[in-house]
Amino acid sequence: MPSLQHIRRKIASVKSTQKITKAMKMVAAAKLKRAQDRILSARPYAQKMAAVLKRLSRGVNRDLHPLLRRRDARKIELLVITADRGLCGAFNANILRRAQEFIREKRAAGFEVGLSVVGRKSRDFFRRRDIIPRQTWVQIFDRLNYAHGTEIGRDIVGQYAEGKFDELYLLYNEFKSVMQQRIAVEKLLPIEPAIESDDAGKPAGGDYLYEPDETVVLAQLLPKYIEVQVFRALLESAAGELGARMTAMDAATRNAGELIRKMTLVYNKTRQAVITKELMDIVGGAEAMRGG
Amino acid sequence: MPGQIHLDIATPERLLVSEPVDEVIAPGSEGEFGVLSGHCCFLAMLRIGELRYRQGEQWKRLSVSWGYAEVEPRRITVLAEIAERAEEIDLARAEAAAKAAEQQLAAASKREEMAAARAQLEKALLRLKVGKKK
Repeated sequence: MPSLQHIRRKIASVKSTQKITKAMKMVAAAKLKRAQDRILSARPYAQKMAAVLKRLSRGVNRDLHPLLRRRDARKIELLVITADRGLCGAFNANILRRAQEFIREKRAAGFEVGLSVVGRKSRDFFRRRDIIPRQTWVQIFDRLNYAHGTEIGRDIVGQYAEGKFDELYLLYNEFKSVMQQRIAVEKLLPIEPAIESDDAGKPAGGDYLYEPDETVVLAQLLPKYIEVQVFRALLESAAGELGARMTAMDAATRNAGELIRKMTLVYNKTRQAVITKELMDIVGGAEAMRGG
Repeated sequence: MPGQIHLDIATPERLLVSEPVDEVIAPGSEGEFGVLSGHCCFLAMLRIGELRYRQGEQWKRLSVSWGYAEVEPRRITVLAEIAERAEEIDLARAEAAAKAAEQQLAAASKREEMAAARAQLEKALLRLKVGKKK
């Protein structure tokens, strides 16, 4: 049986850990509110843009614009978005596992697969496996703004235009709710505007007027669309990370509480046993004296 | 009374305006255009400029840079990369930015540098202009 002092020390140690997890939970909860507001206010923009793009590209000759043109895919690029920090449950692990699966599948299908990563966790993960990403962006989540979307968007559009890869997929955690993230894999390039089947026959743009004209509008819109989608994914991931951390730290705090409760029980039982034993000794000793 | 039109102004960061208005005047890439309720469907690119809208007798101003406006008979949606309300513009900062851009323009030797500096200057001057009118 462990000594009383030993148990006491253990309880103290778990208590201080619990303080930390509790503080982390509070911090995540406070930040989460803001991140949630940001993603919710960014979604309308991204959705409106997708809607306009869809209408514009209806009936447009896809070969005319490089970002719409379908190529014979040989090289595939995967842009992985994880967090910079850990201690947020399976948030990063889920994404990284999916990333490995993705790479394996595509390789097996005969594609060349390249990698770009956002977030320190994914950079370190691939570094440990001797996979060198084409491009890395780390520590952007503390001061995330639209400029990051622009930077990453420009980079991938540029590389794509140069033919460094033929398709680009985005892998990130989508923010469903505080408790829930969904792993999202989206094909970003070439741009596939969701065209509903009944739209197929309609002429481009329908009865809209364009200023300057459709091609110019489209040419300006497409690269922006990529930036916006990347930015949205970054925001989704940022909010998801905080949600995951909050949930994980809440669970950790509760587990620590449970652990403390159990150890306190053992502690008290042990203490009682020690007292009883001492009493027995005294009583036994007294008995022996009287007897003698 | 032609009735009101719903105006949404969104940037990637936030939804800036979402309210019924009487009239909108926006800086289209081919020149300013005004929109009243019942306008035909229309999609225009915007340049760096001032966007104003009227509610009753009151005009409100914003500076916008790059974006486009989608006009439908009862609704106008402006998606701008950057948009700021006149009352939010920090004049001192805008002035400093304008100065910095001027210097950059003077120092620029390459064509791209000059274009970038000019765009910066244009944005800063616009913010000054819009900010001063509040």
